[in-house]
Amino acid sequence: MLSTELLTNEINFDETNNELLEELIKYGTSIGADFVEIFLESTDNISILAEEDCITSVSPSFGKGAGIRIFKDMKDGFVSTNDLTKKGLINAITQAVEMLDILNFSSKRSFEGFEKLRDYSTYKNNWLEKVPTIDEISDKLLLSTKALKKNKKIEVRKGSYARNWQKVIIASSDGTFAKDIRLHQTVGLNLIATDKEYRSSGSRRLGSSDNPEDFRKWNYENSANDVFESSMNMLYADYVEAGQKPVVLANKFGGVIFHEACGHLLETTQIERGTTPFANKLNKKIANESVTAIDEGISQGSFGSISIDDEGMESEKTILIKDGVLKKFISDRAGELRTGHKRTGSGRRQNYSFAPASRMRNTYIEAGEYSKDDLISSIKDGLYCKSMGGGSVGATGQFNFAVEEGYLIKDGKLTKPVKGATLIGEAKEVMTKISMCGNDLELAPGFCGSISGSVNVTVGQPHIKVDSITIGGR
Amino acid sequence: MEIKEIKNLITKSASSLNIKKWDFGASFSNDFSVQVDKGEAKQLKASQKQVMTIRVWNTRNLVGITTTSDLSENGLIKALHQANIASNYGNDNEHTNFSPLSKEPIEEYNSQVNSPSGIKKLLKILRVAEEKLLKSNKAIKSIPYNGLSESFFKRVYANSDGALRSYEKSQAALYLYARAEEDNKKPRSSGSVKLGYVVDDIDIDGCILEASKKTISHLDYTAIKTGKYKICFSPEAFLTLVNAFSSIFNARSIIDGVSISDKNSLGQEIFSPSLNIYDDGLHKENISSAPFDGEGTPTKKLCIIDEGKLKNLLHSESTARIFKTNPTGHAGLGSKVSVSPDWLVIEKSKCISTLDSTLIHEKYKGEFIYIEELNAIHAGVKASQGSFSLPFDGWIYDNGKKKSIDSATVAGDFRTIIKDIINIEDEQVTTTNGISPHIWIKDLSITGDT
Repeated sequence: MLSTELLTNEINFDETNNELLEELIKYGTSIGADFVEIFLESTDNISILAEEDCITSVSPSFGKGAGIRIFKDMKDGFVSTNDLTKKGLINAITQAVEMLDILNFSSKRSFEGFEKLRDYSTYKNNWLEKVPTIDEISDKLLLSTKALKKNKKIEVRKGSYARNWQKVIIASSDGTFAKDIRLHQTVGLNLIATDKEYRSSGSRRLGSSDNPEDFRKWNYENSANDVFESSMNMLYADYVEAGQKPVVLANKFGGVIFHEACGHLLETTQIERGTTPFANKLNKKIANESVTAIDEGISQGSFGSISIDDEGMESEKTILIKDGVLKKFISDRAGELRTGHKRTGSGRRQNYSFAPASRMRNTYIEAGEYSKDDLISSIKDGLYCKSMGGGSVGATGQFNFAVEEGYLIKDGKLTKPVKGATLIGEAKEVMTKISMCGNDLELAPGFCGSISGSVNVTVGQPHIKVDSITIGGR
Repeated sequence: MEIKEIKNLITKSASSLNIKKWDFGASFSNDFSVQVDKGEAKQLKASQKQVMTIRVWNTRNLVGITTTSDLSENGLIKALHQANIASNYGNDNEHTNFSPLSKEPIEEYNSQVNSPSGIKKLLKILRVAEEKLLKSNKAIKSIPYNGLSESFFKRVYANSDGALRSYEKSQAALYLYARAEEDNKKPRSSGSVKLGYVVDDIDIDGCILEASKKTISHLDYTAIKTGKYKICFSPEAFLTLVNAFSSIFNARSIIDGVSISDKNSLGQEIFSPSLNIYDDGLHKENISSAPFDGEGTPTKKLCIIDEGKLKNLLHSESTARIFKTNPTGHAGLGSKVSVSPDWLVIEKSKCISTLDSTLIHEKYKGEFIYIEELNAIHAGVKASQGSFSLPFDGWIYDNGKKKSIDSATVAGDFRTIIKDIINIEDEQVTTTNGISPHIWIKDLSITGDT
């Protein structure tokens, strides 16, 4: 049953696969599928870790695989395999059809062959040669960890780099035949500072897509200064007192709250599950009128940008909320089929072993008219959340987020740093309490984990003011 | 091709690249899963996956590694070649070797090899389970998160020193998370997970009953005041917390300076003397048991905390060498080898202590908070600092009556709470993550909605 056979992969990852892929799709429709999709993936990744003053890990990985998806009416069956022989792929299609129990049903749609190959990879073929070498990366990471060594309180210093290179071919029975190469690079710094019983930690991560040169442009000294300053500010911070208060959320990664608390609830997978309070709110007000929110995959170089999604559709700019009114959901093929919301180029997956699902790309609240100082000076007693950690949203829309770096606001001014704060609330309530948006929109990269695995995204916003939110503390 | 033939191919390919020392870990798996939505099949999935991680040692005894899912002959040769290049950047300050126990005999291991039930059977079972759960209470409107899966896999470890070991097993999981709604109330959600070696082993009715009972029990909720409360952790919640802070007994974390323990903590009383903690990966209740770790070291029961004192750390080969002891069977396989616990067993020690045995969660009449499940661990735990601030599902008990808590977080310092244990109930409860009794803590900060 468990195959430990060595494989003889036959897929070449170029247009010479055309005939084989057409044959496979014809086979799928001939045995009963309404729709057949083949996602072929080849990857070449590396991660490098510097700790203190030496390189402690260099981890290359590569692989090949296929994800086969079959639709019959509203149902879908998905089979993934890294057996890329013709026989292996036929077996996968047969298995997907058998799973749906539709073997030898008649297909509702005929396959007329592929449209002309849409090749988004033509100018990307040399990216693997253009990315920095292990030597270059190692040297710069060691400089970055050295730059963190600013005083004797810094006990742990880490610099890390990861490169993900992915070549995909997407072919489906609606004629889709597309090819792309994606490149993502991230670099991060982490430190732990200690002084007697006091301890603080800090981290910063930068990321970009589709630019082999980006790591070379990284200003590690700026990053080191930023994370050092933050950890020193937090080293002797008191724990925050719990309560309900107004907060100002910083720009960049502050947008994680909108991403988690609202963005996920605008994915059609949530409508399918019945877990979003916004399902029947299209063209209705769901947020304060100061809020306009976007999800798009087209900002050049942004971590969540994609030429095409994992279903072969070109990316687009999707206005989710305009002046507080819900305008659109984030939709993929299954979402369109099951909820009626048109696809938005948002069908995404971590790799071939996941079926695509409606997922965010670059998601942000648009800039408003206020300065950061306007927001802070409008608060008598509150919290400034300068740096956010991770968070989560429950099945009923309740969310919570850790505040990595926080400062009390007293009489319109920032005062002492505080630690241990958690922001707690409900999406549909907090959206109506965003009363002021700053004029300093910035994006920050991140990884979003959900039904179709971990995908690259950016979150973002200008500084925003939330009139009242529960702050968890001690 | 058999495992031995893969090993032979690697031996031959390594030789052609002048690589004399190598090891590999490989995984071959077939997985099947189904999800349903109100009786309809929603998504049916199957996957066949083969992954191999190869390490090679160069002439300076530095290690390089590569992971690949391309198990063609060309793919394996490429992996060896890449690993060889990576070895030029191996860590000269901390060398890695084969585990000295990688050829030791392993305890008799019940492989639990079974045949797949088939997607149709999985679908039929899940449809029935969904229907029963929906009918169990009219307030339950949907089961938005549900799934039934079976996995069949074979794991292999081999090295150029002659070690070759493998095991095969299967594993099945059912999860049902229900959403309940009543007029003028917030929707509430809860659920249950049950594991088995195959679907037929899973306590399906138990999963339905638990998911229904838990979800309904949270319908009658109340907001609670922010403040300090006496706390009773459920076995699941306490295991979650100990696992989140397991860097406290992880040699890798201690060496890296990211643990709240240090090299001098061994032998010191870091927990309440009323507590023992073991790691017992081969426990008969551990569905995910494995007879050896990523480096081929046999899995065994290890006493970590003995009457509150830190007795042993979890080790890989390299951390064990630094601490001048043996590896404990908790290693992964990587360029920098990670270390993690398998299956924690927490119990009351025989130490004469001042525990308050009247604190039994089902009998105690005073006010306390019962923490059923901790959430968002990845966001709310600062393992390197020992602090946590976590949302939870739970109840407030008063005068023997319980009421679900609307929305709240619990915050504290792990080092303090493991010393502030005021009772450990007698009953040992088996969960999907380990075994623990209910644990009572003197007081912790709770942030509520009022």
